[in-house]
Amino acid sequence: MTSSFHDWIVPHFNAWVYVIIMMTGLWAVIAKNNLIKKLIGLSLFQTSILLLYVSLGVKEGAGIPIIDHEAAALAMSGSDDALNPDRFANPLPHVLMLTAIVVGVATLGVALALCQTIYRDFGTLEEDEVLEQMKTLHDDV
Amino acid sequence: MTMSDHLPVLILLAPLFGAVAVGLFGMREPRVCLPVTLAALGVSLWCAVGILLRIHDEGPLDYFVAGWEKPVGIGIVLRADAINSPFLLVIAVVAIFAALFAVRPTGERESGKTPHFFILFLLLCTGLFGITITGDAFNLFVLVEVSALSSYGLIAIGRTKRCKVAAFHYLIMGTVGASFYLIGVGYLYLKTGSLNMRDIHDILVSNRSLFGSRTVQTAFLFILIGIWTKMAFFPLHGWLANAYSYCPSSSACLLAPLSTKASVYVMIRIMVSVFGLDQVEANAAWGDLVVWLAVIAIAAGSTLALAQREFKKMLCFLIVAEVGYMVGGAWLGDSGRWGLTGSVYHLLADATMTSCLFLAAGTFAKHLGVVRIDDLSGLFSRMPLASSGFVIGALAMIGVPPTGGFFSKFYLIRGAIDAGEWIYIAALLGSSLVNAVLFFRLFEIAFFGKNPVGFHREQGPIEVPSERLEPPFHVLAPLLGAAALVILLGVFNGPIVEFIRTALLDPVTIVSEAR
Amino acid sequence: MNAKLSATFAVVFTGAVLLYAVSDFPDFGDPRSPANHGVSGGAPSASVYYIKNAYHDTSVPNLVTAILADYRGYDTLFETVVIFTAGMAIFAILRVLRRDDSGIPAAPDPAIDGDHHRIVVGVTCRIAVPLVQIFALYVVAHGHHSPGGGFQGGVMLGASFILIALSTSLRHALGRLSETSFIRLACLGILIYAGFAFLPLVVGRNFLDYGALRALFGTDGEEMARSHGIFVVEIGIALTVTSVMFAIFANLSSRGRLHGGL
Repeated sequence: MTSSFHDWIVPHFNAWVYVIIMMTGLWAVIAKNNLIKKLIGLSLFQTSILLLYVSLGVKEGAGIPIIDHEAAALAMSGSDDALNPDRFANPLPHVLMLTAIVVGVATLGVALALCQTIYRDFGTLEEDEVLEQMKTLHDDV
Repeated sequence: MTMSDHLPVLILLAPLFGAVAVGLFGMREPRVCLPVTLAALGVSLWCAVGILLRIHDEGPLDYFVAGWEKPVGIGIVLRADAINSPFLLVIAVVAIFAALFAVRPTGERESGKTPHFFILFLLLCTGLFGITITGDAFNLFVLVEVSALSSYGLIAIGRTKRCKVAAFHYLIMGTVGASFYLIGVGYLYLKTGSLNMRDIHDILVSNRSLFGSRTVQTAFLFILIGIWTKMAFFPLHGWLANAYSYCPSSSACLLAPLSTKASVYVMIRIMVSVFGLDQVEANAAWGDLVVWLAVIAIAAGSTLALAQREFKKMLCFLIVAEVGYMVGGAWLGDSGRWGLTGSVYHLLADATMTSCLFLAAGTFAKHLGVVRIDDLSGLFSRMPLASSGFVIGALAMIGVPPTGGFFSKFYLIRGAIDAGEWIYIAALLGSSLVNAVLFFRLFEIAFFGKNPVGFHREQGPIEVPSERLEPPFHVLAPLLGAAALVILLGVFNGPIVEFIRTALLDPVTIVSEAR
Repeated sequence: MNAKLSATFAVVFTGAVLLYAVSDFPDFGDPRSPANHGVSGGAPSASVYYIKNAYHDTSVPNLVTAILADYRGYDTLFETVVIFTAGMAIFAILRVLRRDDSGIPAAPDPAIDGDHHRIVVGVTCRIAVPLVQIFALYVVAHGHHSPGGGFQGGVMLGASFILIALSTSLRHALGRLSETSFIRLACLGILIYAGFAFLPLVVGRNFLDYGALRALFGTDGEEMARSHGIFVVEIGIALTVTSVMFAIFANLSSRGRLHGGL
């Protein structure tokens, strides 16, 4: 038991955490009836992916991916070791997740706008009530 | 370097700058929106033709954004080859048709939103061009989101209450799909350390054990499920019918032909360029499973289409069936790759014929106020030219020669015979039969319908004189243009297929030679 | 109940598939993992290249900024376009145009609308807003050396306008930054980014290759030209993000009518 805990969970706890958050979010998206709760789930789901990517870039013993002045001066003077990749965390996942954060914010904004119009038109944010009203609608298309 | 070297990036910069121009000038003077849109798409069309000709003469075209060429994978590469360049051309043409149709996109009452419509329209085109031409797995995600967000806006710009709910469902499904894709790309990145499609492919090929590893298999599965959600592959199709039938006709004419097809293209691109056809074909069990799923999708799409009373809804479920054709064809795994050829060719044929049918449906809805199939009676006598365009689109959907729809089915069936997937052939033929039943019923109503009726919003069905009511030129021209394109695609199927196959028959060398 | 059961089943299945793959993940924090170091026996991964060369290539010490705006600047251009698209989509969805006002409930209570009696709040915010804006400009400009850049600074600038709207009224804030002007500003941001990235094409280099603009900036090497180019691009991003953030707030808080509001 303890050995599987040490082999399976401890070295990969980042993956376990992200999967659990992702499952929570996805469950809310599918099972919740309230549209805002669905959006909360969606945000959780997207955020869990940020966690996955950022945890990929972690290096044991490394600092932030910003080159400090000493290292920069050393690098300019031609030292090879100044920019040792082991000293800096992997910057690429950070860049990718900046993009994903922005995408998430943009999606959330549009979704909230849609919720607001749905509330204006139907007077409710419960999905089953909205769908019930949809059946009796006679919109012109 | 001459300007023609920059075509892969110019093709999507044109609609982007167009959107900016509409935003800067169109808000005050809405009349500039349409000319700017058409000019931007015209530049894109010119670029698409230029790319096609260059690839025909010189082979695949790589464009290294910001000049970061070596080492592989540090920058973003755009890549045009024989698979995506015909699709770029079709996107440009269909978008021009849709723009012409959309002269007054959101109806009289909300004409103040015309500039917003055209901005979103051009941004959607930017996204679609970008999805099609990119060679970077993460960049694909960003562009998928550009096109997805603009489609939500284009759907919800309508006046009806239903379109907002449809857009919301589409947003939830679309975001979950894109997130699944992102998880898949993350798993690939974790195993290969690269985001460049060609680089990932080379790493996977040079390291066989990596391809069989659990992480890469899971990545493949999640990328597929994500894209299937985006393309409305059967059990994940729930959002499509409402989204495309309740949105304004002008939006539907752009969204319905191109959005799902772009996702199908992404699936094919991932299979060809990231995982490699040899690896995909080596896992025959996956292929069998997916072909079965596709058969179910075709059967379900056709059955649901039979049950519809609204014209556009019926077309939407036909799209679900057509997506089944293309997914199934791509996974047939026959040695001659005719199934995959058929899928790529069907991508082009289906985009044009869906464009034709949705333009027709939009015309009937906009100029006659008809949305239900039963109300179409007497159509032919009132709109002879528009109806003839519609008939050509419908015949292509059924698969009558010499339209593009016939030849794509021909190649798909040829691939299925080679692969021995008889159930897929049965589904394909059965679905064609259903299409024939559906459309001939429509023709009967439209031709022999006794009393031509119009539909009035308040008074219900009313008698209208059976005079000719041909739509204005800007509506008729794209409809007939799309119809002509359907036939042209069929007539010139030989050279087109030959061109596509240059990229499919030996994708590995094509993938690697430009390194 | 049935829906919840099937949801649970779907979610557990998804989670199980994801965890099935976990066993052959590289260990957490492993500096030799493929993403951090490269596939064993293969070429080093892109991130190694970035750490070793980004400073020489762009002379930007913040590697994230260097990758964001230069190596993967094409991604970032479309990230900005995503923001712009979201802003436009929200306008398309929510904006109620004036001639449509009939049939919609009247504007909210004017006592809430133009409440100028909240003196403490008003004065505090009036002092805070310029500070927030100066700090936002600092964040935009200092992205080269520390965490920050166009997105973060733009959000702060947008927040300063939202603060004006919250502490006085939306109308007051719109007086500072009107609807036409923030749509134009959003377009201008994209135009600065894409237009600036387009300039290298004129001298025959690839899209986004700021190194080609050495003559324009009057710098000695291409790396300083890239550094300046990244700064121009950040300004474009900040403009778009500022105006879209405020546009989202203005539309959501006034239910698309851009008057009244919170």
